[in-house]
Amino acid sequence: MTPANRIEIKNGRLIDPANGVDERKDLFVEDGKVCAIGKPPEGFKPDLTIDAEGQVVCPGLVDLSARVREPGQEHKATIESETRAAAKGGITTICCPPDTNPIIDTPAVASMIYNKSMDIGYARILPIGALTQGLEGSQLSEMVALTRAECPVLSNAYEPLANTLVERRALEYAATFGITVFIRPEDRHLRNNGCVHEGLICSRLGLPGIPEAAESVAVARDLALADHTRCTIHFHALSTARALRMIEGAQKRGVPITANVAAHQLHLTEECIEEFNSNCHVIPPLRTREDLKQLREGIARGTIKAICSDHQPHDSDAKQAPFPSTAPGISSLETLLGLTLELVDEGIIEMADAIARLTSGPAEVLGLPLGQLGVEADADICIFDPKKSWQLTTETMLSAGKNTPFLDREFTGQVTHTLFQGRVVYKA
Amino acid sequence: MKPENRKRPIVIETPDNGNLQLDPNGKLRHFLSINGLNRELLTEILDTAESFTGVSERTVKKVPLLRGKVITNLFFETSTRTRTTFELAAKRLSADVLSLNISASSTSKGESLLDTLRNLEAMHCDMFIVRHADSGAANFIATHAAPHISVINAGDGRHSHPTQAMLDMFTIRRHKQEFEGLKVAIVGDILHSRVARSQILALNTLGTEEVRVIAPKTLLPADADRLGVKVYHNLEQGISGVDVVIMLRLQRERMSGAMLPSEHEYFQLYGLTDERLEAAKPDAIVMHPGPINRGVEMATQVADGPRSVILQQVSFGIAVRMAVMSMAMGTMNPGASKK
Repeated sequence: MTPANRIEIKNGRLIDPANGVDERKDLFVEDGKVCAIGKPPEGFKPDLTIDAEGQVVCPGLVDLSARVREPGQEHKATIESETRAAAKGGITTICCPPDTNPIIDTPAVASMIYNKSMDIGYARILPIGALTQGLEGSQLSEMVALTRAECPVLSNAYEPLANTLVERRALEYAATFGITVFIRPEDRHLRNNGCVHEGLICSRLGLPGIPEAAESVAVARDLALADHTRCTIHFHALSTARALRMIEGAQKRGVPITANVAAHQLHLTEECIEEFNSNCHVIPPLRTREDLKQLREGIARGTIKAICSDHQPHDSDAKQAPFPSTAPGISSLETLLGLTLELVDEGIIEMADAIARLTSGPAEVLGLPLGQLGVEADADICIFDPKKSWQLTTETMLSAGKNTPFLDREFTGQVTHTLFQGRVVYKA
Repeated sequence: MKPENRKRPIVIETPDNGNLQLDPNGKLRHFLSINGLNRELLTEILDTAESFTGVSERTVKKVPLLRGKVITNLFFETSTRTRTTFELAAKRLSADVLSLNISASSTSKGESLLDTLRNLEAMHCDMFIVRHADSGAANFIATHAAPHISVINAGDGRHSHPTQAMLDMFTIRRHKQEFEGLKVAIVGDILHSRVARSQILALNTLGTEEVRVIAPKTLLPADADRLGVKVYHNLEQGISGVDVVIMLRLQRERMSGAMLPSEHEYFQLYGLTDERLEAAKPDAIVMHPGPINRGVEMATQVADGPRSVILQQVSFGIAVRMAVMSMAMGTMNPGASKK
């Protein structure tokens, strides 16, 4: 980390969707903040100049869901290892779901996670507070106290609320204080003990399936309650086209709903499971080609506002077992940008919109002034070379979890610098 | 900005584990699933099994093909019939047999499965016969076992039970000679049945004219019609004109799982009786992988009746398992043991 106080980033293509900027412009940083755009302030003498010729300069990415495994599962990963990996991936803000151990249902745990990430200094971790105490789905958490302790939003992680009355009360209480609630929509009875999409591949391999309806039934219920309570709901990690259609319908009616999708859901389908590839074991499960196509269109239309990594690092033992007994999840901080840029290469989405889904989109969901590079904004900056190819290997991955189906795959678009609060925290 | 020469498949390329079963010469190395095996290989298994049927009738019921080899029965799920016939098959091939019943509870974690594997490898085993409650367990073990070890799948979750399917094919061929022109109906809990999955693959690979499945929707897998079968919900219609009726065992726990209302209603709708069997061809045979629930999936008079070949299936099971084991160990010399 360089001690440079004044930084000049010149000759780059500045893409700042929140401020409608997409042009060749220089950017000037002082005291950890953006101090000027285009022309330097009078008498500005940079301690460091970064020549971004041919590169894209954009806000540091905001990832709405990444598990760092600390506290509680430090044998899988730590705040330090995962924030370093985030910095390598151009990510400067991570939202950590509350299913840590201890669970993020007290301000103390929330503050501990946030403070530790800021002390280490690669990226900020914003804790997502638990919606109910212990994620048990019965007693409401101290929501206001949690939001005062750096939790921008609340969720019940992957523990869907079984009791609709508790859900109603939780949403009403959150709505009272303008708190956004993240919901991973899943009907636990329909999920049953499934581990893959219920379809042809599941039938062929004889794996227990999770029907599409497990998601759409939950979305229908949650939408009805959102309508009723007017709570701002954000659906996390959509996987089905049907759920997307329902959400778009509600958005048209003016229900305050947003949604994200995990980057791998835009690239992988159930077919990747053959033959029992445990690195493709994820929840929600990989769905069909049609679901993938529709989710991509939702991203292009902007009805899905954010692409997240849904990063879940694991130790190697967790994936070394027969498929149903393996732990679900992909280590994905370092592929978030690469997978999103592939959508640009494939003509699904324009570059500026792709950047918006990774920066201003998720920041709006959080209601925080992140993911933008206006004057006085935190100098959280990602600089990448959109033409440079690189290969993902276990040796070069910084995350402690090497569990990814994208190993040895080639990506285009390499991060060359990541700045967090005006400090260079990663340099290729 | 469209870089050329980018490899960007939607489907990740995984190693084709259909070939995990075969050595570079296309010979059987492991026997995990019918998937990926061609008609010639399945026919070779049946022909080889045919050559072994005589062994059981001799006074000295042994051939020395696997002398000095150590075969380990690795059963993470209980089984009587399958384990016993594998044990008998191994002994008739003169192998040393080790049978381990490992309680599911101590191995529900992946690392202990790998650890068990490493320990057995250290004892210089040559072949694992594996049964496990997880689909994909046999593939997992074959992927991680030392290269000299052959793995035979004796049933993994709902995925595959290929030796059972091959002994069923053997039984059908004994009675019907050819698979062309045959209509075969499989009745019952297709959803949870590894036997049915393997039978469907084997029947189709061997050229069966029509494979039907008959069950209520709660006992059928998603997209069943895309598995190479015709789907029926009515037993009389489904077995009309068929040459072979395969009944599947109905697990008692299907009632509590809201899959079915009662055994009584199931028998009323899907139980095989002599009267219903009249819809099939006059020379149709009735099969069942066992153990039978009499009065649930079939009436006693059918199970013990003249059309039933259920006990033959068990005897043929030994010959088929001998065939698969000797082929996988590469010791099968086609000339040597032919009668």
